[in-house]
Amino acid sequence: MPYDEALERFEPVLGLETHIELGTASKMFCGCPTAFGAPPNTQVCPVCLALPGSLPVANATAIESTIRIGLALNCSIAEWCRFARKNYFYPDMPKNYQISQYDEPLCFDGYLDVEVNGEIVRVEIERVHLEEDTGKSTHVGGSTGRIHGADYSIVDYNRAGIPLVEIVTKPIAGTDRLAPEVARAYATELREVMRALGVSDVRMEEGSMRCDVNVSLMPRGSSEWGTRTETKNVNSLRSVERAVRSEIERQAGILAEGGRIIQETRHFHEDTGTTTSGRSKEEAQDYRYFPEPDLVPIAPDRAWVTELKAALPELPRVKRKRLQQEWGVSDLDMEAMHNADAIDLVEATVSAGAPPADARKWWMGELARRANEAGVPLSALAITPDQIARVCAMVAGGALNDKLARQVLEGVLNGEGSPDEVVAARGLQIVNDEGELSAIIDQVLADNADAADKVRNGKIAAVGALVGGVMKASRGKADAGRARELILDKLGVSE
Amino acid sequence: MSAITRDEVAHLARLSRLALSDEELDHFAAQLDVIIGAVARVAEVAADDIPPTSHALPLANVYRPDEARPGLTPERALSGAPAVEDDRFRVPRILGEEA
Repeated sequence: MPYDEALERFEPVLGLETHIELGTASKMFCGCPTAFGAPPNTQVCPVCLALPGSLPVANATAIESTIRIGLALNCSIAEWCRFARKNYFYPDMPKNYQISQYDEPLCFDGYLDVEVNGEIVRVEIERVHLEEDTGKSTHVGGSTGRIHGADYSIVDYNRAGIPLVEIVTKPIAGTDRLAPEVARAYATELREVMRALGVSDVRMEEGSMRCDVNVSLMPRGSSEWGTRTETKNVNSLRSVERAVRSEIERQAGILAEGGRIIQETRHFHEDTGTTTSGRSKEEAQDYRYFPEPDLVPIAPDRAWVTELKAALPELPRVKRKRLQQEWGVSDLDMEAMHNADAIDLVEATVSAGAPPADARKWWMGELARRANEAGVPLSALAITPDQIARVCAMVAGGALNDKLARQVLEGVLNGEGSPDEVVAARGLQIVNDEGELSAIIDQVLADNADAADKVRNGKIAAVGALVGGVMKASRGKADAGRARELILDKLGVSE
Repeated sequence: MSAITRDEVAHLARLSRLALSDEELDHFAAQLDVIIGAVARVAEVAADDIPPTSHALPLANVYRPDEARPGLTPERALSGAPAVEDDRFRVPRILGEEA
């Protein structure tokens, strides 16, 4: 059912479960390293392979990071809690269970305020708990490379045991037709909070941040929530938004025809923007959770928690408000920079000495265009805020104009060196030498006698063509304003 | 009344991916019932003033510093695996076509 029609008849209720892989040096319960992309089964040991006789010991930094995440999300921190075994029969964990937390999460009852179209939406956080990541299965045989229909699977346990924080929202109702945008804004804000805390590299494409999207619909006028589905494999912020929209449309179609929604896991497909059915979810009781006997309880010292809270960094939304005031930009411009992930880059450029307006102009203009062309985020461009600040300084000092500056940026992006090196190697300095400029103008006036006569006879608008000629002859390196003055001077015309 | 039903045992067997025959289900259901009964006697002993205990040690906050150290080589890690392919543990089909 088309989105607009679906929203006329039903109201969506969202829930988001986000998994964050912590950027610790070692795994959650053993000393194995955690590098992404290492050759298979090179970061494993008796503990994370569950060999008999091995015992887990919790990683102190992972505990601290989880508490800091909870505090940044305005949660209460448990005074005492335990790990729990989640039993399931699946080869992605060699233990036959995952160490997680069940009814005693480390952090609970918080919120995260997110901004959608200039409005603040408060997303309530149910819990933040700590668990271990699973291994990576590759399914062999069958037609699709997926688990269904595969002949067998092969498993790499490098990822098994990496600390994983799960952040679960309370049901988010009342977002109405903005549900997809709220979901995306939440995931975006959460990612920035993690970055500000420095607890994870939160790369969705590498799986260090993963978002599961729960959606249910209730008929307008009803207050009874419908059956929800949980969509996995949502690998980008944009996909979060698309997955919510697609599930709303799909569920509305089924409900409108009198059908029933099945509680199940669904998989999002990047190429089609739609979801397909996965395995039907096991009930919580099927996991037979029980307190983990191999680990002792966590009882964070209150004074320590207070210290951690006091030492939290400035959080992204507060920081954005401050920067917006300092830079004097509109809500709209700020939101555009936020959406383009440009705020930190602009901030660093300003810190390196560039005026905010110039820093913003380059990152949101020329550089955004080039990043877009290359299909990469701004931060992946081969240019630094310091280099942008240097280009800004050269423009301000009159050594470059905007056109030349763009060529300098191109050179830096091509790996031709620093801005100064590119200017020197490409000969991009503005022609400030009056003698050289004068010679170019004389040549242009000689080549364009008609236009020159028009100007002499008082048709000053014709001077544009002459200035254009000078810019062309100097390959963009002339100062256009000065050229205009000199031309009028030579033709004996004053404005 | 039994503490665990035959249906519950069948359900547990399915979760554990154990294929039990009808005779085995009868056999194990009866045995498990006895075992649960034995464990339940502990609950009879526990008075109200004894808090539920999940651990034998009166300890909390036992952590290790976040320091990486080498584990096993892939050869060692995979040496006990029943099947190996591409330096990975090879396991039988996880889900059937219609699972």
